[in-house]
Order: sequence, then C-alpha cells, then structure tokens
Amino acid sequence: MKLLFEKSYVCRRCSVLPACDVDTAALPEALCRQEPPHLPELSETDISRHYTELEKRTYGVNDGFYPLGSCTMKYNPKINEEMASLPGFTEIHPLQPPHTAQGCLETLQLARTYLCEITGMDDMTFQPAAGAHGELTGLMLIKRYHEARNDFSRTKIVVPDSAHGTNPASAAMVGMTVANVPSGEDGCVDLEKLRQAVGEDTAGLMLTNPNTVGLFEKDILEITSIVHEAGGLVYYDGANLNAIMGITRPGDMGFDCVHLNLHKTFATPHGGGGPGSGPVGCKDFLSPYLPGKQVCGTGGLYSLEMPRESVGMVKAFYGNFLVNVKALTYILTLGKEGIREVSENAVLSANYLMKLLSECYKPAYPGPCMHEFVLTLKDLKKERGISAMDVAKSLIDHGVHPPTMYFPLIVPEALMIEPTETEGKEILDQVADTFKLIYQTALKNPELLHQAPTTTLIGRVDEVGAARNPKLRYVVQKP
Amino acid sequence: MGSYVPSTKAQQQEMLAAIGCAGFEDLFKQIPEQVRLRDEVNLPSGKSELEVRRVLEEIAAKNVVFKTIFRGAGAYRHYIPAIVKSVAAKEALVTAYTPYQAEVSQGILQSIFEYQTMICELTGMDVSNASIYDGASAAAEAVAMCRDRKRAKAYVSAAAPPQVVETIRTYCWAAGTEIEFVPEQNGLTDLAALKDLLDDSTACVYIQQPNYYGLIEDCEMAAELAHQAGAKLIVGVNPIAMGLLKSPGECGADIAVGEGQPLGMPLSFGGPYLGFMAATQAMMRKLPGRIVGETTDHNGNRAFVLTLQAREQHIRREKASSNVCSNQALCALTAAAYLSALGPDGLYEVAQQCLSKAAYFAGVLETAGLHQRHQGQHFHEFVTDCPVEADQLLKALEDNGILGGLPVGDNGILWCATEMNTKDEMDRVAAIAGEVCS
Repeated sequence: MKLLFEKSYVCRRCSVLPACDVDTAALPEALCRQEPPHLPELSETDISRHYTELEKRTYGVNDGFYPLGSCTMKYNPKINEEMASLPGFTEIHPLQPPHTAQGCLETLQLARTYLCEITGMDDMTFQPAAGAHGELTGLMLIKRYHEARNDFSRTKIVVPDSAHGTNPASAAMVGMTVANVPSGEDGCVDLEKLRQAVGEDTAGLMLTNPNTVGLFEKDILEITSIVHEAGGLVYYDGANLNAIMGITRPGDMGFDCVHLNLHKTFATPHGGGGPGSGPVGCKDFLSPYLPGKQVCGTGGLYSLEMPRESVGMVKAFYGNFLVNVKALTYILTLGKEGIREVSENAVLSANYLMKLLSECYKPAYPGPCMHEFVLTLKDLKKERGISAMDVAKSLIDHGVHPPTMYFPLIVPEALMIEPTETEGKEILDQVADTFKLIYQTALKNPELLHQAPTTTLIGRVDEVGAARNPKLRYVVQKP
Repeated sequence: MGSYVPSTKAQQQEMLAAIGCAGFEDLFKQIPEQVRLRDEVNLPSGKSELEVRRVLEEIAAKNVVFKTIFRGAGAYRHYIPAIVKSVAAKEALVTAYTPYQAEVSQGILQSIFEYQTMICELTGMDVSNASIYDGASAAAEAVAMCRDRKRAKAYVSAAAPPQVVETIRTYCWAAGTEIEFVPEQNGLTDLAALKDLLDDSTACVYIQQPNYYGLIEDCEMAAELAHQAGAKLIVGVNPIAMGLLKSPGECGADIAVGEGQPLGMPLSFGGPYLGFMAATQAMMRKLPGRIVGETTDHNGNRAFVLTLQAREQHIRREKASSNVCSNQALCALTAAAYLSALGPDGLYEVAQQCLSKAAYFAGVLETAGLHQRHQGQHFHEFVTDCPVEADQLLKALEDNGILGGLPVGDNGILWCATEMNTKDEMDRVAAIAGEVCS
C-alpha cells in the first residue's frame, strides 16, 4: 500500500482557513527555516480513503476475539467515548481559573474516590499517562519515602522473575538496582527466596497479583509482611486488576501503592498503543509525596494544590484527563454490582476457556486460574516442531487475534490468554474449536502452520532485516 | 447498571458447571479468606446509560467553555479540521493495541511510520520514535538519553515552560542526574552565562523554542556552545512554529522534542496530548519507546514492523533505554492526519497567521496601555506588564466570556493569539483593557 507521501500531488490541498484579517507580520530572515517541511499535498478524499484503508489493515477489538494476555482487551463502550467528547470537557484549557473548571475537578475527585475504594487506597494522582509511567511514579514515592526518613541505603527493588519488563526498567529509572526473585514450581513467589532477597538495602517489592501466570499469590499477606519487616514498601502493578474488583483489594493485602491501567481494567480504548492512563493510588503516609496538583476542597469549590512534599511532576498538567472521563463513565455504569460482575466473569471466562483448551494444550500451571492463563507449547515444539509463534500466526488465519506470546519469560513457548468478561460463552466455544483445529493440523500437517498466516495482506515479516538496516522514515522526493 | 457481560445468567451457570464450580464463590477459593471483601465495595449502584449521560452532562456543564481564548502557556487552541476528528474516530484504530502482530496491524504500523516521517520533516532531524506521553515527559526522556557515566549534569533554560522544567527536574532527581538552570536575561536564555557554566561533566543543554515568554531563542548559538563543551543540545519546539522557524535540525540540535497537542488535539484540560521525539542518526539507539521500521514480508511485499526492540524494556529489562512501553498512537495518528489536511502551505499559513495575529494583538494592547515586557522577536505569545492588578483585568475579560492571558510573575500577563482569534476579538480585549486600565 502506498504511503501518504506517495499519494501527494503538487498544489493539491484542503481548504481550511480564511484569509488573515490583520496585516501580515514577517520574521527576520535569519530566524526562518531554509527548507519547508515536506508534508504530503492531499485532498480530503485522499486523506479519508487513505485512513479507511489503514483501518481495514488493522485488527481492533470489534474485529473479533482479542485475547492479548496482560492487556485486557475488553469491549470499549460507546457511551464512554461520547461523554469524553462533550465540549464541556474537550474545550477546557488546563490553566483556566479553577472556578471555571469545577466540572473537570469534580470528575477527578469522583474518579479518585471510586478508584481508591476499589483498590483500598487513600489517595490517588492522575498525572501518570500509562502503566509504565505509573510504575515510575510509584517508585518515586517509595524513593522519596525512604529519603524523607534519611534512609539513603535502600537502593534495591525486588521483582519476581515473572514480572513485566517495565518493572525492572522503572526501577533503573529511579536509580535503583534490581534483585530478581525466582518463582517457585507453582508459579508463585518463593517465600524462602524472597526472605533471602530482602534486607536493609531493600527499597521495595513490585508485584502483580494475580501474577503474570494468572495465579493469585496465595501467600500475599506473608509476602507483604516480609517486605515490610525488612523496612521496604510494596508496590502493586495493577495490570491484572480486572481479576479481583469487588472481590479483594490491594490495600487489604498490604500494598502501599498501586498503579491502575484505566485502558485495560476500566474499558477505555487502547488507541493502537495509547493514550492510556496510569493513575497511582497510595496509602495516607505516601500522599504528601504525590506528583502534580491534586484536587482539594469539597463540592462546589474545588481547588488545585501541590502536595506539600511532592516529588514534583511526571508530566504536564493533570494527566490524560479525557481517558479519566471515560473510566468514570464506566464506573458509574457498573456501580458496586457491576464491578464485581466484571471480575467474576473475567475469571469465569478464563477458567472455562482453559478447561476447553486443556483437552489439547498444556497449561503451564494447573488451574484454577484467575482472569488469564498461560499455555506452554514446549512439547508440541519438541515433538512436532510447532512453536507458540506458529499457533499464534495460525489463529490469525481463523480471524482470532493471537494471545501474548513468549511471556512471561519463565514459561517456555508461552501463549498467555486473557479472554475478558466481554466475550460470551458461544465465542469462547468457537475459539476453543479453532484452537483444537489448529492442534489437529499441528499433528497431521505441521508444515501448513509454518506458513501461517496466509489470509492476510502480508505474510510474516523480516524483523531481523528491519533491525539490521533500520528504515525509520520515508525519504520525501524533493521537488 | 450494565457490566457489558454478554453471557446470560444461565450460560454463566453452564460455564461454572463445566469447570466444576457450584457458584462464583468457588472460583475465588485461591484467594485467602482474610483478604476477601465481606461486603460490596462502597460505590453507588450502577446506572442506566441514560442516567449516566445525565450525570456526566451535568458535570461537564459546571465548566465554563470560553468562546474566546487568549491563553496558551503550553496548551494551544487551534482549528481542528473535521477530517482529523473523523480519522481519529476510526474504530479499529481506536480499539487496537500496540501492533505486536505485524500481519494484522499494518494499518497502525504504517500510520506511525508516516507520523515518524512527518516529525523528522518538521524538526529537521534524522529519526523519530513513535511518540511518548507529552512534551514535558519527552523533554525529561531526552535528558536521560544524553546522560552517561562521565557526563551526568543537565543545564535547563530558565526560560523553558515551568511544566517542562518541573518534569525534567523530577526525572533527574529520581535518576540522580544533576540539574542546573541557565539564567534568563530579557526573557531569553542567557547564552553568555551558559558559555561559562558548561564543562566536561555537562551531558546536555535544554532550550525551548519559542520559549515560555513566546520569544525566539538563538538555538544555533546554543548548539555551538553545547558542542564546544562536548555536550548535546535538546530543543523543545512548538510544532506549529515549525512552519516558519528554523528547525532544530538546521540549528544543529542533537534531539528535538515537543508538545504535539497543537497538531489537532483539543485542549481537554491537559490531556491526552502527544510527546514527539526526534534525534540525529547517531542517537537513534538511545531513543526511548516504540519505533516502527519498514521491511518486507517473506514474499518481498512492503511491510512495517516494530523495530530496534533491543533498546526496550521487554527485552533489556533493567538495562533498557527507558521503561516506556506504549506510545500515544492515537494522538500520533491525529497529528499525522492534521498535518496531511494542512499540507506544507497550510502549516505555513497557520504559523504565519499566528505570528501576524500576535503581532497585531501586541500592538493594540500596547495602545491600551499594556506594554510588552521583552524586546525580542516573539512568535504567537508575548508578555505584557499590566498597569492594574492582572487579576482585575482578567476578571473583566472573564465577565465578557473571554479567557485572557495567564498571569505570570511581577504582575505580568502571558498572552497568546492563534488563527482562531479574529481581529474583532482582539480589538474587544484591547477596548476592555483600555477601560480597566484607564
């Protein structure tokens, strides 16, 4: 398919602006750019058709089953989008006087109240724009907490080896070193190993619960108390919150701060990678360190104030505000009944699908699972030469988006499947049949799977070539 | 009231039975009793769609939507062509996630590749990433790109916007990077002072173009000074100004970043916005976040794919160039659609109108008794002193449905004019100012 630049035609343009109604001002020549940016010259038809074509080349949540593990690709309700596009939200300048932005402040206040209740936290900042940004923020709170106690020796963050890659990467960004703790045979944190890993240099532990293999850390109270006794704090990576809403809360498990992924758990769309929102909640004692201005006051006259010992700012203004509007809309729709129903059904979907798939495939850990589960295709790979990648690519030919592949790293030939609660029983049945069909093909005709996908506009791509000779932009032919 | 669960109660029972559970309680047996909630969470009951709509509309109505805005300071109101909103609402592009599976994600990947190309064109740099959170975090990530063992100090212009400075400061504190400020003189970064400050422990210099006060900085000189000391120059630019101003690439910058919000994103009380980042070829592998590259599939067809992933957290973990995982893809798409709708002439026209209107506006305010504080050349923002309390004037404007400029230190006001502001509006502000100040 041609690029926008290849569709460009000299002097073609859209009509957008009226003529300027004041005298033209000129910049001194020395300040002006020598060469104008080579942007494409297009008509509105060209642009509209181009992006319609790009849309057709994209698999979205509405194109079918999208079980991307750890990403919670649930349905994105339309009402959320509509509420976030109200001019009363979109046309508000972030630096308007607070008395003219009371609706925005009330939105943040309500979202904070509800999300704190769901997580068992006392306070929350909406400044972080994504999960990884939330992790960074949470670790800043932990760093500041130790610094405020004049304890500068705590420079180590403990993470399980099953953790998301962002956890250790975030630790490095706050100048900490990482201590990896191996998981036990059962896929959970090995308490003995954890005890050995913590000490006077421990700043904190980062943990996802349910963890990345889809299991609830059954010893969670012991885990958090081991870290607390060593003087560290415990950080909750909220990627998997969809499994436990209304059932249990990170705050009750002993976590000191959490980040949420509103674009996962709270049904806001992923946007092809973003914008998301990664609010960070914390217990009272961390609240003075929160970044960015916080909503203060109550009904009618809200104001914005910087917490007194704030770490500073991690982003301009108050985060991805419109995403927060969508999440609030979703929470109001769900209410206390719906919030639990979501998690119950997310966990039910995963267990049901795991049960169906277990007829052919091997779960990495025996169930029951929480909202997602991991298959290991180690045996299939060894016996038939069929990898997790082959099965994933073959799913595409059956109209299913592949699960997360090769993660977590501790499971060989991993496929991580998260069906979410917004898929009905008959879809799960159908998908299970597809998986089984692929398994049969793997046994009878494995060659076919190596070719997959064959129904897409392009086949498997040359990733090695892309990295070896990076071509990261189109070179515009200069007129 | 809804939970968007399609399975009926009967189907749920069937599924529970199939996995050997009597009820939902059984599903959560692995969660220790001590941490399980005994009661419902303390939230209101769910609401119907119509009720939710009423609640949200009522909340939105508590905000004041100003028809006329003369405030910028990091968030700018520009005209957003209808085609841009239409493109940014395309369902598959809205709901997909990071394009891990290239075969079913060519649409997103190609749109990012096109975006990267446009950012390179705007900034005059060699390579761009797929975007990050916003302009302030892009600036902070750029500083992190420059730091190494020997050079761990960053110099930030005191004339950069406070939200950018604060974000850089926060990231630097966390990472243990030393940060110092380059003082300002007459509203501009004091380059003579910078020259004396730079030494061989300096990693980089950060400068904003146009700066917080709307003034145009001498980025070429800044690049020369930084490079003489072996340091890198990061320039934070306003993307609309790039229609006219010398690009960071032309000035010799090593990294260009900026807030992409003016490229088709509404004000939205501060977000979602778009952080763009571009660099020289030499710094390519230090860029954080996603990058899309062109390649081929096994049949030789053109294909796009996430590339240079050896920099990233899911491969390198604690040794990654950053923890950034996702990008602001939908905002990048919006920016690309905006730049396509404008084209080269259109971007020039928007920039030219911003420049002309701000020049006219400064003139009429001057006549009304609000004198410009700085002498330098400005783009679409400028600071005036205010002969009365700034808040008094701003209140008078607010009473007339106008969001005036932002109060800044020493009773100044930072004004902004864009193509959205008509001559009539500007004359009206001047008339009100004349009355209030006389």
